[in-house]
Amino acid sequence: MTSDPARFDFEIPARPEYLSLVRSLVVEAAEMDSTLSRERIEDFKVAVSEATTNAIEAHARACRDDSIHIRCTITDDRLEFHITDRGFGFYPDQIQVLPEPDDPSRLNFERGLGIYLMRVLSDDVEIHSGPDGTEVSLSIHLASNNSDG
Amino acid sequence: MEFGVTVASHGRWEVLTVTGEIDMATAPRFRQRLLAVIGTGAQNVVIDLSGVDFIDSTGLGVLMGGAKRVRSAGGDIRLVMAGARLADLIELTRLDRVLDVFDSVSAAIEDSSS
Repeated sequence: MTSDPARFDFEIPARPEYLSLVRSLVVEAAEMDSTLSRERIEDFKVAVSEATTNAIEAHARACRDDSIHIRCTITDDRLEFHITDRGFGFYPDQIQVLPEPDDPSRLNFERGLGIYLMRVLSDDVEIHSGPDGTEVSLSIHLASNNSDG
Repeated sequence: MEFGVTVASHGRWEVLTVTGEIDMATAPRFRQRLLAVIGTGAQNVVIDLSGVDFIDSTGLGVLMGGAKRVRSAGGDIRLVMAGARLADLIELTRLDRVLDVFDSVSAAIEDSSS
């Protein structure tokens, strides 16, 4: 038997001082599943923080002072965070191709690790971007089955 | 732990000790302190991250920018991290191949391999 997903919606001001609060939300949500290791929770915390950082930067570039929407969904087998901004969006082919992280010339680029970290620290990443904003969906798989038992 | 940066001299090394979380909110202060140290002409810099609870790509960017500036001036920059968590992230991003990482400040300033 599957349970109804738990869903939480948050609106946060697009300001860096709220990143720590978002990370706390990730930890609180992840700890509802007792099978997730501390390492997995810390990994996912970094991934969600990176997506939220990008959203805050997107609002800054667009000179928007409205909030960023974050939805957390917990199902039987997944923990998901969806981060939605109302920035200008971006297109994958516009992203600068950076040297490999271990290339010494990589030190010339102080940015560009955020999406990489999202991809390697989450089980699934989806990015939908357009001129009205970007939605990043990150999820990790849960081993437990939260059935009514 | 609250974010903070302190600077101390150990012989020819300038040691920045960072505590708390390094993210978009705190990275500008970290960058400012690091660039101030480099701006004094420091050639040998150790950044002790043992008291850092969290670092993201913004913080890693500050480390890369600092390393570039120190090395372009002919200097040496070393990282110290006692916890496995930060070390894992540095390894995951493969920055350990371009930045020298030690497990204590004493090991960093005593190593003369480079």
